[in-house]
Amino acid sequence: MEHYLSLLIRSIFIENMALAFFLGMCTFLAVSKKVDTAIGLGVAVIVVQTITVPANNLIYQFLLKEGALEWLGMADSNLTFIGLICYIGVIAAMVQILEMVLDRFFPSLYNSLGIFLPLITVNCAILGGSLFMVERDYNFAESVTFGFGSGAGWALALVALAGIREKMKYADVPAGLRGLGITFMITGLMAMAFMAFSFNGQDDDYYKPGCPHIYGHSHDAGGPHPGCQVLADPAR
Amino acid sequence: MSKPRDVLLDPLFNKNPIGLQILGICSALAVTSKLETVVVMALAVIFVISGSNVSVSLIRNQVPSSIRIIVEITIIATLVIIVDQFLKAYAFGISKQLSVFVGLIITNCIVLGRAEAFAMKNPPGLSFLDGVGNGLGYSIVLLIVAFFRELLGAGKLLGFTILPSTNEGGWYLPNGLMLLPPSAFFIIGLLIWALRSWKTDQIEEEN
Repeated sequence: MEHYLSLLIRSIFIENMALAFFLGMCTFLAVSKKVDTAIGLGVAVIVVQTITVPANNLIYQFLLKEGALEWLGMADSNLTFIGLICYIGVIAAMVQILEMVLDRFFPSLYNSLGIFLPLITVNCAILGGSLFMVERDYNFAESVTFGFGSGAGWALALVALAGIREKMKYADVPAGLRGLGITFMITGLMAMAFMAFSFNGQDDDYYKPGCPHIYGHSHDAGGPHPGCQVLADPAR
Repeated sequence: MSKPRDVLLDPLFNKNPIGLQILGICSALAVTSKLETVVVMALAVIFVISGSNVSVSLIRNQVPSSIRIIVEITIIATLVIIVDQFLKAYAFGISKQLSVFVGLIITNCIVLGRAEAFAMKNPPGLSFLDGVGNGLGYSIVLLIVAFFRELLGAGKLLGFTILPSTNEGGWYLPNGLMLLPPSAFFIIGLLIWALRSWKTDQIEEEN
């Protein structure tokens, strides 16, 4: 149980999809002008992420993984290379199904989310969630936790940014920075604030004290900080 | 009908996909802490975007508009799988460093955006140039960001030491912040500021 709780907290705060991995940035910057719409999109992302990551987990475990087709008598099959196309297909189909279900049974929610649902298909945070799940080899229960956590983390960052941008209307920003430029700056400051979480409760097996970030993770593709030792991630 | 030269060169500064259109930032920033990974990523994106533009443009008159998005996504996903397999075969180290970000080219909004906005309406030749141009516009921003992050963060460029750092006996004290995610946001923000001070027509109106 503790393992899942730690995974949940980690996926919401420490490995925040938007602020630590830069995922879903296009929608993140485009739809963060008002808090109301941000909440709608955030909820939609949480729902889709919680469904698609476990669904892709099942597909990976029982169809694509090396040796996964043993039950069909094809023990040496390895279909991982078509993974990308399967995951994006599942995501597109799930979004479509969710749209129809909401339209039929929860019309009010459908109307408030309406325009954002199709956008979610091309949100990299959703595909990224599935790819991280495969890369870290999560089991089914872990993938449910991670799916919910990463969606919630993304939604949290989006709503927070929308709140700040509503206040920014009263600020006098230099002409060239107006709009997109200052939004990048705000996001950068928010990312720094969220980094504070990764220093809390340091676990020596996991973090090396004095190193600026969690290494041994495929986090920032540039590799470890010079002079910092790469440590294995116990969760993998 | 737009001229081939404009189609190729406009996306570099006048209509930069990242600076003006807010497209394709998603999978891009996380790879910019080193110049080497950025070069590979940029080549991969240019290949995928020009390939998908040509393919989409070739079949633009045959595809019913109701299923065009899924057709486009399938084409893009196929091209990305080719790139992914190629990198795994010939540049395994870099492919490991890029990790999920190669796969995320699928959801890079520039690729789908250009297929949808340009390739569906224009002949293959022009679409190819548009793809290369937008790929280059994206690459320029990435290269600039990576240049500053690697130079100031590690004192190196492409792995060669430019500013000898203190822990290797030199004089430069590396700025650790530059290797962390937030610095990429700051650099892009400053870059947009610089670009808009130069091209003042891109400044956003206050609403």
